[in-house]
Amino acid sequence: MINLDVPAKFAQLVDQAHQAAAEFFRPHSRKYDQAEHTYPRELDMLAALLDGLAASGGGAGAGGVRRGGAQAGGNQNGANLRLLLGTIEMCWGDVGLLLSMPRQGLGNAAIASVANDEQLARYQGKWAAMAITEPDTGSDSGAIRTTAVLDGDHYVLNGEKIFVTAGERADCVVVWATLDRSRGKAAIKSFVVDRGTPGFTLVRLEHKLGIRASDTAHFRLEDVRVHKDNLLGSPDIQGFAGVMQTFDNTRPLVAAMAVGVARAALEETHRILTEAGIPIDYDRPALTQPAAAATYLQLEADWEAAYLLSLQAAWMADNRKPNSLQASMAKAKAGRTATDITLRCVELTGSLGYSENSLLEKWSRDSKILDIFEGTQQIQQLIVARRLLGKSSTELK
Amino acid sequence: MAGSDQPRRDAMGAALAVLNRLAGTVVLDRLGLRKPVERGVYQATKGGFTAAGAAGRAFTSARKLAAPQRPKPSGDPGLFDLTPTEDQAMIRETVAEFAAERLRPAAVEADARCAAPATVLRTIADMGVTLVGVPEALGGVGDERSAVTNVLVAEAMAQGDMGLAVACLAPSAVSTALVLWGDAEQQATYLPSFVGDNVPAAALVVQEPRALFDPFSLRTKAYRTPSGFVLDGVKSMVPRAAEAELFVVAADVDGRGPALFIVESRSSGVSVESDPGMGLRAAGMGKVRLDQVTVPAAALLGGGKAEVYAECVRLARIGWCALAVGTAQAVLDYVIPYVNNREAFGEPVSHRQGVAFKVADIGIELEGMRLLTYRAAARAEQGKPYAREAGLARRLCAEQGMRIGNDGVQLLGGHGFVKEHPVERWYRDLRAVGLAEGIVLV
Repeated sequence: MINLDVPAKFAQLVDQAHQAAAEFFRPHSRKYDQAEHTYPRELDMLAALLDGLAASGGGAGAGGVRRGGAQAGGNQNGANLRLLLGTIEMCWGDVGLLLSMPRQGLGNAAIASVANDEQLARYQGKWAAMAITEPDTGSDSGAIRTTAVLDGDHYVLNGEKIFVTAGERADCVVVWATLDRSRGKAAIKSFVVDRGTPGFTLVRLEHKLGIRASDTAHFRLEDVRVHKDNLLGSPDIQGFAGVMQTFDNTRPLVAAMAVGVARAALEETHRILTEAGIPIDYDRPALTQPAAAATYLQLEADWEAAYLLSLQAAWMADNRKPNSLQASMAKAKAGRTATDITLRCVELTGSLGYSENSLLEKWSRDSKILDIFEGTQQIQQLIVARRLLGKSSTELK
Repeated sequence: MAGSDQPRRDAMGAALAVLNRLAGTVVLDRLGLRKPVERGVYQATKGGFTAAGAAGRAFTSARKLAAPQRPKPSGDPGLFDLTPTEDQAMIRETVAEFAAERLRPAAVEADARCAAPATVLRTIADMGVTLVGVPEALGGVGDERSAVTNVLVAEAMAQGDMGLAVACLAPSAVSTALVLWGDAEQQATYLPSFVGDNVPAAALVVQEPRALFDPFSLRTKAYRTPSGFVLDGVKSMVPRAAEAELFVVAADVDGRGPALFIVESRSSGVSVESDPGMGLRAAGMGKVRLDQVTVPAAALLGGGKAEVYAECVRLARIGWCALAVGTAQAVLDYVIPYVNNREAFGEPVSHRQGVAFKVADIGIELEGMRLLTYRAAARAEQGKPYAREAGLARRLCAEQGMRIGNDGVQLLGGHGFVKEHPVERWYRDLRAVGLAEGIVLV
């Protein structure tokens, strides 16, 4: 039966995540935006708290959801939806700080979605970052040059990785490398590399437009030896699906981040507009209301679409429906909507919103990355277009 | 700006203006250069009909009801769910089939004639689509609120043709209004006709012909008299205006705010006038003039409560969203094979990102429109507050629906501009979504 409201059983989780965001993230938002590359110590305590929640079946963050187990009968609202809702709340607090949450990295999401049981147990409690992008390869992740060569029981990795979120702080990094560059995407595998492994060196940390609380690392891999058991999934060369599967899980979460930060901007702008004597009326036609109110209504309508598309993608995952298309739709809509909303909220609130005394200017810097990482706007459009048109990547480039 | 600084008309200008009128009408007509269809359309627009309201039947209450019958709110299912019930899936499938086989093929001619074919209207009545919203005690089949079912029906119907969908759904807007807000007497008097063999043409009339129209601030007035009310004003975008036997009309009561009135078309002072628009032509749109129309006190619907009226405006907007979703789906389904088959520069045009990304954006925004519409309808039928959700669905469907209509024509290029393809009609129809009030109801 069609119903698009979140079930009451998640109310407590949402409330807890919201309070954590309000009490732990917001008060430190500006501090770590200004003190880029400083480790937000306060998060250690919050992370410990979240570990407890996760153990008791709660959890909020980008930790990822394990696939597997038999499907229970009937409509399911499960771990994917729960994680998505938690992520929205936390990013209402601060996207950069969520990305800095110990043990909640995108590498953890990858491990959760493709690792075998032994690997899952081995990396339990570890903080895992994700390394895909290279200096010469961004969106075209099938063209990565980092190589992995089997040598006895070990793979030897060589290459360079950039834009590794939480790379400096994480315990380990999930590195994408190719077993055979002549075999294209099918030969790309992901390897878990512990931070202290010889030859795995941190080159530098980036200075960024936004999410400055989150460190973004550049690594060099020179003859880095990792045990063959660190390869996630199957070592067979049989298709891109293995590593790409991660994206079906992580894209709705990035969409959720965009939904969270955009809601923060809308709420703050609503407050400021109300104070300025501009009420928002959902019944009266937008064009008969002040331009600022009409603009706000348009932004909120787009926000609602991003929010519901994200819920849809997570709900499909909970119900074992293939959701690649919906995950990309959610990511595309949420990414572009978040930048549009946050930037326009600064315009609506004028110098109040542009000033560092407000978080609005920060949110409109933070949101930009959400339309870029885990697949840019244009990559999502390509994926959606290929699906709708029934085109391969060689036909529709 | 245009209008503020027009050149003065001198002797030559006046002569040109006269010549232009001649060229436009008499000369060309006399030489028989106009195609018959063009002349027909011209007539419908210019001369059209201006007449008293349709003679109509005498509505009388056959049997008394002890109390008004209302559908119960549907239960709160608790979980997030995008799967329709089995009944809903079956109804949707039936309507979708009807839309594909009966509405789509009839759309071109209905658009030109500014009228829906009688056979189509009869079939939709026979299918009993109106029965879904009417409780069993009143001869219908729906004892639960069914806003979501109504949305699925409107969406599926509009996928065939939006104008014909509006013509088909217009009477159920009135019956739904009577079910939701009618008192026992009003229900007993009017509802039996809507569940019988000969469903009357009827219209929910809110719109008025002026810029920045706001349904909460009406120019049509209702003055209280000792025996009832006198209505006065002009309403627009009235579907099947010429044949409608019954109207539910929005009017401002004594300057205190809007309310709904039941007005029979044969009432003295009611006249109708054809007023076709750029689209939705199959719906036979017209204006209704209310010239000092006297109605009894019992004509006031829902006790004149502000909340009833607000609900009517919101439920109508959700209906328009559903129509937009169905039409936008038709656009997407049409452009996909077109851009895959159309070749330019040695390959299908869909192999170009400039084309493909437009298709992707149609898909993305359409899905968003659908989800917002479903959410608003689901909250409405569960008895939850839904003003926000209905308002946002309206904004998104108005904005993105028109954009999809525009892109549909653009993707076919010059071929989209000619009537060989339906995208130009969808472009015209989708313009209505951002401005229409009333007319349909979920």
